[in-house]
Amino acid sequence: MSSQLIIDKEIANDTWVIVELPKIEQVIKMQAGKVVAFKLTGEEYPTSEQIKNTKFPTSGKIILPMKVFMLHQESLKDRLAKSEIGIWLLTHEEIHSNIKKLGNLNCFPLISIFVEKFADGRVFSIGSQLRNKYKFKNELRAFGDVLRDQLFFLKRSGFNSYLIRKDRDAKDAIQGLDDFTNPYQGASDIEQPAWKRNKR
Amino acid sequence: MYKYDHVDQKIVDERVEQYQNQLNRFLSKKLTAEEFRPLRLQNGLYIQRHAPMLRVAIPYGLLSSRQLIKLADISDKYDRGYGHFSTRQNIQFNWPKLEDTPLILKELAQVEMHAIQTSGNCIRNITTDQFAGVAEDEIIDPRYIAEILRQWSTFHPEFALLPRKFKIAVTGSKKDRALVQAHDIGLEFFINKDKEMAIKVWVGGGLGRTPVIGSVIKAELKWEHVLTYCEAILRVYNLYGRRDNMYKARIKILVKALGIDAFKELVEDEWKYIKDGPNTIDQQELTRIKAFFTEPDYKINIKSNLEKNKNEKAFNQWLSRCTHDHKKNGYRAVTFSLKSTGSAPGDATSSQMKAVAQLANEYSFGEIRVSHEQNLILADVEENELYNLWTKAKEFHLVTPNIGLLTDIICCPGGDFCSLANAKSIPISQSIQEQFNDMDYLHDIGDLNLNISGCMNACGHHHVGHIGILGVDKDGSEWYQVTLGGNQGNFASIGKVIGPSFSAEEMPVIIKKIIEVYVEKRNEEELFIDCVERLGIDPFKKKIYVQENIKI
Repeated sequence: MSSQLIIDKEIANDTWVIVELPKIEQVIKMQAGKVVAFKLTGEEYPTSEQIKNTKFPTSGKIILPMKVFMLHQESLKDRLAKSEIGIWLLTHEEIHSNIKKLGNLNCFPLISIFVEKFADGRVFSIGSQLRNKYKFKNELRAFGDVLRDQLFFLKRSGFNSYLIRKDRDAKDAIQGLDDFTNPYQGASDIEQPAWKRNKR
Repeated sequence: MYKYDHVDQKIVDERVEQYQNQLNRFLSKKLTAEEFRPLRLQNGLYIQRHAPMLRVAIPYGLLSSRQLIKLADISDKYDRGYGHFSTRQNIQFNWPKLEDTPLILKELAQVEMHAIQTSGNCIRNITTDQFAGVAEDEIIDPRYIAEILRQWSTFHPEFALLPRKFKIAVTGSKKDRALVQAHDIGLEFFINKDKEMAIKVWVGGGLGRTPVIGSVIKAELKWEHVLTYCEAILRVYNLYGRRDNMYKARIKILVKALGIDAFKELVEDEWKYIKDGPNTIDQQELTRIKAFFTEPDYKINIKSNLEKNKNEKAFNQWLSRCTHDHKKNGYRAVTFSLKSTGSAPGDATSSQMKAVAQLANEYSFGEIRVSHEQNLILADVEENELYNLWTKAKEFHLVTPNIGLLTDIICCPGGDFCSLANAKSIPISQSIQEQFNDMDYLHDIGDLNLNISGCMNACGHHHVGHIGILGVDKDGSEWYQVTLGGNQGNFASIGKVIGPSFSAEEMPVIIKKIIEVYVEKRNEEELFIDCVERLGIDPFKKKIYVQENIKI
């Protein structure tokens, strides 16, 4: 099977390995909003146990859960300098409250956002914040329940890399990037709104 | 009104293509029903009890006669010869075939119409005052900002999959007819002390199962920032709103959970980064859009001939209830009631739609408005043409003189069509209309809003009806809960439940008793809503429950 990864507008080989969190039994309400997630469950997710128990390869390009990276930040310094370390976030995780510790986000060659469900549109605001508020310039990837009909919105929200869900044809999905040719509002990809770009 | 240019037309054309492709993938099983669901909803397509329902957008309720004729044709060709005008100033077709929906969209695109974002968890049709541009008490015409917001919100990439639906309303008049305080975002335009247009921003209002009146998040926002400020509000909501429970997912719940001050702090923090950014509106764009909403060629020195028909009672009743003051001397706005006895509130047949389009061409510069009270309006009619207009419209049952009266009922499609509903609402509205079919008595009762919703989603705005009726499900049968004292406008309030619910058969009698209490206890000239406010709900409760020996 060919690659499921689209970078910009092309099918591309995936040179990264995603490091997953160890599974836990407990049902966590990840779909709850950020404000209520903790109130509802009384638990942070990922849990400190999960973060501690995450195993990852000691060489090669890896994408670590943000919290796992933060735990090993010191020892990963050299690999980070070699552009071997990317991070990934769940859609309920905040960059805002971790930004001080993370430092300049442009030290990561890649940031990836996990979309658990198609309908979870938090991914778009996260992309937009990363590009506009935190000025992240490198590869921004969505993975998980990523399908053709999100791609146009993802692209406009600042993403340039999309790992299509395994059971779908990435070549078909590429077409979703061009659903609309001349959108109204300014966003992360085309910053100026239609009235400034076109003679109207 | 706004006219599409190449940019607008391209977007609706590309949408038709995109939707056709999505439907094809669904029909060829490349998309599951669950995956297709959010896609079809964003295009106003519901799967209902009998057939799919297609909701077509009427931006801020404004239609040209050409568009209305197209809607009539579509209802003949693809539906059963009628359409339902909704409380969001849209139109719904109840009987299209799934395979026909792309063809309908293609036809709509020919007249600059679409079904974009008429449902689903996204920014919905922006609504406003049905008398925008002609109201005597208007300070600023809200339609051009509404149009700027429409373009900005159409396929906004960041807000395509929100926690829940998102409704924005705008008003620019002293009397708020757009219910801005009952919306996710409400924008109230005013002139500030520097004589510039400014906006009071309300957030977190809404009806539904947890009715809330909005809070003011910004007392004065400069107009050029309206898009970036809305963007900041929506970003905070998108990131922090609940997604685990659809009944707690509206922005009002988030605003309540955080408190307006903490919510505002988050919004202001986001706004810092985008304020003065590319989406800041400039004077040139404002002027461009504003030019679409200029005054039509009003005649001057119209001599009123209304005296001539002063003895014709039916005409005069209509004149007093269905025509409204106009900012221009010699003109009036006219409401065609879609609430005649025996018809479902808000329904119009294709021949009625064509007749209204024709009358709009003859008497009102070819434009029609849809009100959230589900009636149709001609905004610019010369006074001396009113009698002719009335005579012609009468043939099409469009002149029931009940606007603002008890039988001008706001009503959702209810259990007859909608699969969310707990109970039917149309038959209740019809039985009440039959109970109160004496026009003189109705006029004596005077201003009264009666709103009916078939379930807690409150599409019939029951919370803000002076009398509100809510369909509830008890052990599988349909019951109706009654609220009193709700109100819309600048003094919006949520009605109070009077007690245990009633069966469908009891409803006309219950309403009759409520009215009897009012008629008996009112002071001279006192409106129903003021009377309820003065007395509270106890006297009404007493009459209904105690005399029936029902325990309260």
